[in-house]
Amino acid sequence: MRNMFGRSLFGRSWLIAVFIFLYIPIVTLVVYSFNDSRLSTVWTGFTFKWYVDASHDRELIDGLIISLKLAFMSATLSVIFGTFTAFVLVRYGRFKGRGLLTSMANAPLVMPDVIVGISLLLMLVALQKWLGFPERGIGTILLGHALIGTSFATVVIISRLREIDLRLEEAAMDLGCKPFQVFWLVTLPLIASALVSAFLLTFTLSFDDVVIAAFLSGPGSTTLPLVIFSRARLGLDPSINAVATVIIVVVSIGVIASSLYQLRAERRRQREVADAYAQGKS
Amino acid sequence: MASVTATTDREVLLKIDGVSKIFDGVVKAVDNVSLSVKKGEIFALVGSSGCGKSTLLRMLAGFETPTSGRIYLSGQDITDLTPYERPVNMMFQSYALFPHLNVWDNVAFGLRRDGLKGAELAERVDAMLSLVQLSKYGKRKPHQLSGGQQQRVALARSLAKRPTLLLLDEPLGALDKKLRETTQLELVNIIEQVGVTCVLVTHDQEEAMTMASHIAVMDEGYFLQVGTPDEIYETPNSRFVAGFVGNVNIFEGKVDEDEPDHITVICPECTHYVGHGITGTSGMRVAVALRPEKIQLSSVQPNKNHNWCAGEVVEIAYLGPHTTYHLKLKTGMVLKVQQPNLTRKMADDLTWGDHVFAHWTRDAMVVLTE
Repeated sequence: MRNMFGRSLFGRSWLIAVFIFLYIPIVTLVVYSFNDSRLSTVWTGFTFKWYVDASHDRELIDGLIISLKLAFMSATLSVIFGTFTAFVLVRYGRFKGRGLLTSMANAPLVMPDVIVGISLLLMLVALQKWLGFPERGIGTILLGHALIGTSFATVVIISRLREIDLRLEEAAMDLGCKPFQVFWLVTLPLIASALVSAFLLTFTLSFDDVVIAAFLSGPGSTTLPLVIFSRARLGLDPSINAVATVIIVVVSIGVIASSLYQLRAERRRQREVADAYAQGKS
Repeated sequence: MASVTATTDREVLLKIDGVSKIFDGVVKAVDNVSLSVKKGEIFALVGSSGCGKSTLLRMLAGFETPTSGRIYLSGQDITDLTPYERPVNMMFQSYALFPHLNVWDNVAFGLRRDGLKGAELAERVDAMLSLVQLSKYGKRKPHQLSGGQQQRVALARSLAKRPTLLLLDEPLGALDKKLRETTQLELVNIIEQVGVTCVLVTHDQEEAMTMASHIAVMDEGYFLQVGTPDEIYETPNSRFVAGFVGNVNIFEGKVDEDEPDHITVICPECTHYVGHGITGTSGMRVAVALRPEKIQLSSVQPNKNHNWCAGEVVEIAYLGPHTTYHLKLKTGMVLKVQQPNLTRKMADDLTWGDHVFAHWTRDAMVVLTE
């Protein structure tokens, strides 16, 4: 059945409009990273010099390295905490405070970053006054990112965990697995894809966060988004366009490769299922 | 078809002693059930969904703990053992094969937990796979197999550890009807070849009768009747069992004559002359159960005082090997009659609206007091 958006002219133009809306800014950024002029408003010629500049820019490179490290650590922590939280919420049945815990685990998803950032800052300042630590830096940003990330990871992992047939775990136990072995040998492999998604999601969340990082950063912990943000205030520097273009290219290649891989895996799977049933019938 | 071998002299392997399971303090899923299963027997628990059969099976596997009562296996009390400590393996409904492991690793899974490795492991797994005729499929993932093949992998996996007791939860429920009939016998062959004692749960009474040597009919957490398939079918002890196992016509009536060797029961439809005595008194209200295939049809009025009635054909269902007729009696009761199609001509060439006489012998009926 065709809906109103079927192959009508309206449907098509709507699709094109949305894609223009989404991608014009990115295309502009990529184009201007090759612009010879410092000004982003005039095109004077093609150049690679901003890429060369960027590769010599210590501040940018350091920011990138810090951001990558931070994103990696934050994603790792988020996935570990998220797995435990999801497990408790899905598997421990009904217990007192389950509803409260569920909504508390989800709260940071809808909480504005500004509020998370400022409340963490207040807490850290108070702690520092009483205990003398922690010093603000990568560790404190990590705390903030892992906090948000855990919520996102929990949501992703919960949905996968709910899909798993409980009988698989019972079968493992029936065949001699102790509860820990059940988790390690059956549950974990089955939720592996969700763990990867959760990792990528929380990695991205951490990598492009400005707000929480701005509240919680200290000396020597300026992440890439913070560098870009502070420079933007002083006037745009095309070398940032160059860095952004590199990131976009890397991300696009990653996304395209993984979706191609998934598409092929799914097609192969469907073919195999069809083959199996065709054989079974004959 | 079931192998009703003399199991009386064999030792009791599984003993269930007064087991109850109460959920949330109110719902009685299993209510004070006791049972003995002898070694080498295939025992079926049948009943409609929610009758407690699955809960009982899960207690045998160790996934549920009885609220009261004990379970003994080979004389040892296993009530408080965890599933991974019991020498009991289960073949799950819809199989629960590990989707991330191939067939070989699925079968090897339980053996690896026992610490088996290398040549010994390979030998045991290969033996299981050849038992279920899947030797060539070891490298396949479960989703690359048809339903029947998956079922055999599940069987191999649950037999691999050589359990003392094998549990089957709706073993054929996920297969289509045609495949089910061949698989039933295949499954029984393999189980008997291995010689494992087996408790199976099914909602399908035909499946239970085909596969099991003994059957327990369950309803609302109770055992209504325990016996061999033919005992359950030919001498049901209650209306529920008679109706659950196969088709049945039930006549309600009052005992008139009550002799040790026969009784007569007066019903609005006809008078039954039953060739066996009952423990009851004359005047007592009873039900007479009569299986559709034990009734004959004829166009002439039978020359006797009982065990016949007249009716009009209101429904004809031709099923190939036999035909089922629905006769409407003068009281409004619909009598189901099954006639074998002995020749290629449809039996008696009866058609809708025909008036016929249904009659049966004195040994065709069972009198039910419950």
